[in-house]
Amino acid sequence: MEKINYGDQGQFCSGHVACAGCAEALSMRVILNAVGEDTVGVVAPSCSAVILGGHPMSAAKISVLHGTLESAAASASGIKRALAAQGRDDTTVLCLAGDGGTYDIGLQALSSAAERNEDILYICFDNEGYMNTGGQKSSSTPRDASTGSTPLGKTTRKKNMIEILAAHRIPYIATTSPSHLNDMATKIKKAQSIRGTKVIFVQIPCLPGWGVADDAAVKTARLGVESGVFPLLEIEGGVNYTILPGQKGQSINAYLAQQKRYRHLTDENRSVLQAEVDETWEKLNSMVAI
Amino acid sequence: MNVSAFNDDLHLLNGNHAVAWGVRLAAPDVAPLYPITPQTPILEKLIDFQSSNLLDAELFTPESEHSAMAAAIAASVTGARVFTATSSQGLLLMHELLHFAAGARTPIVMCNVNRTPASPWGFWPDQIDSLSQRDTGWIQFYCENPQDSLDTIIQAFQIAETVSLPVMVNHDAFYVSHSVEPVSLPSSETVQGFLPRLDRQNQLADSSGRSVGAPVSQAAWNQTRRAMDADMQKVEALTVKAGEEWANLTGRSTAPLEQYRTSDAEVVFVTMGSMAGTARLAVDTLREKGIAAGLLKVRLFRPLPVASLCDALSGTSCALVLDRNYSPGTGGVLHQELKSTLFGLNAAPRLFGMLSGVGGVNVPPETLEKLAIEYRTANADNQPIWVE
Repeated sequence: MEKINYGDQGQFCSGHVACAGCAEALSMRVILNAVGEDTVGVVAPSCSAVILGGHPMSAAKISVLHGTLESAAASASGIKRALAAQGRDDTTVLCLAGDGGTYDIGLQALSSAAERNEDILYICFDNEGYMNTGGQKSSSTPRDASTGSTPLGKTTRKKNMIEILAAHRIPYIATTSPSHLNDMATKIKKAQSIRGTKVIFVQIPCLPGWGVADDAAVKTARLGVESGVFPLLEIEGGVNYTILPGQKGQSINAYLAQQKRYRHLTDENRSVLQAEVDETWEKLNSMVAI
Repeated sequence: MNVSAFNDDLHLLNGNHAVAWGVRLAAPDVAPLYPITPQTPILEKLIDFQSSNLLDAELFTPESEHSAMAAAIAASVTGARVFTATSSQGLLLMHELLHFAAGARTPIVMCNVNRTPASPWGFWPDQIDSLSQRDTGWIQFYCENPQDSLDTIIQAFQIAETVSLPVMVNHDAFYVSHSVEPVSLPSSETVQGFLPRLDRQNQLADSSGRSVGAPVSQAAWNQTRRAMDADMQKVEALTVKAGEEWANLTGRSTAPLEQYRTSDAEVVFVTMGSMAGTARLAVDTLREKGIAAGLLKVRLFRPLPVASLCDALSGTSCALVLDRNYSPGTGGVLHQELKSTLFGLNAAPRLFGMLSGVGGVNVPPETLEKLAIEYRTANADNQPIWVE
């Protein structure tokens, strides 16, 4: 068993309001402790906002602004500028947003902040849909996944936000998973040490939204990494790709089998998905080779 | 007007540049800005000041007015003095965040240049953009000319920071925004004395671990609006105080309501913004013709100075509301507000709602003179009247 070495300083308190077994609460514990107390947070309406709890209770020890759904990156920019005007340039400004607030309604504000290279650390908890409103599709929802608004399965691919952000040439982009918590803590601390816009995607298998068993969130996340569905990578300066070694050792079938959102799939569907994952993996590796 | 105020400090400025000067003197910490006609000269002048090291502020240009206001709110809760500016479509795009700014009790000052909203596209003076934001919790001022805009911007920071509510300073597209007039600039020492840095609560970054804007219960939400109501009720008196203090410093008087030749007036024009200047001329001409006309300029529209409006109009027999805006299905917004204000008042004047200048059409003084002559003895009419 691996020891998770993220240095818990009590930055994420008990009494949070996540579903039992939620991997986002686990990830939030690692992230909040990794960034430390000299941090101000922006929380977009999302599972993160719910997990932190209602006023006046807050599971985060840092102060957070609960902003609007489409403007997390703009709000973070405003906080950063105000801190700069007060001579507090070193305080970390941390965004916690979901995929709806990142891929969909918040994309415009995030793109603008990235273009200005605002000195913010933006975390996207990517549970591949609007899970906080009961599980509807977002542009992060993958092909064939069944959601409240795609009951027969989504007919198009997941938007490639990572490449979109890489095209902004921001200093740091990474993906990480609740199945790899040391990797998560390391990437958060690395991002924190870099000036400019940093975006980290954390894949969160959503227990009710994906139809995953209460004790299987981390296992599902690990299968996602090990099948290459969710590769753990870093992109520096938008061009320098690194992939965590030892990934993609198996087919996607075990990953899919954990999730009721895929239970309607035919063998043909599965082979199309497998081909997409293989193609993406090969393309990614070719980027690393560059 | 105190003539001595106009000497070495006199500059020829359009309304937008007068606003930029007011902002420079108020010295905000942060100003997110997005261009839109006819506001853009404010943005450009502020960037010009900053580039020339005459303004030490964090200016930046997000991709939309929505993000500009989101950033303004976040900067304000972090304890910064914040300014932004917009117009028409930009203000309407901000709508969600206007409620948010007031609810978060952020003392942001924003200049809105009143312009027709699409569709169809137009770039003309009309106040429906900001009047349709009247329920968002922003204090609203309407300015008559560039000097009024400069003075109001500076006073707005004092009022906003005293009650922790945002202030929208409105002036009309082109008639004020692009009209060049002599403007007296106060010294930066004068403004610093008038606008001391208050020990504002830094809601976010004080290590208290609090959350701003987290979900609350019904009762707690209700309390936030009761608190806002209590503070809104202080605004008229604070506006009077700011105006008196400003008059002592500059010789220029400003007030929530400004009256011109109303003490014995039988017919009073009631209006906001640049139309007040036109009405002033009409009043003088009517007086020369022996008609006792007057002008009541509503400078503070939110909160509406209800009791003061009743006092100001209780001695007159006829009030003509000049609305450069149209709320479809009802009429002019100021007309509606005055109807409810005067309802049940003993000896209320006969009230007429004149839709004058909607869409930016020109309303010369002669038109107002004709209206006064025609309606000063007419029977009251509840319906709005389209002027020409």
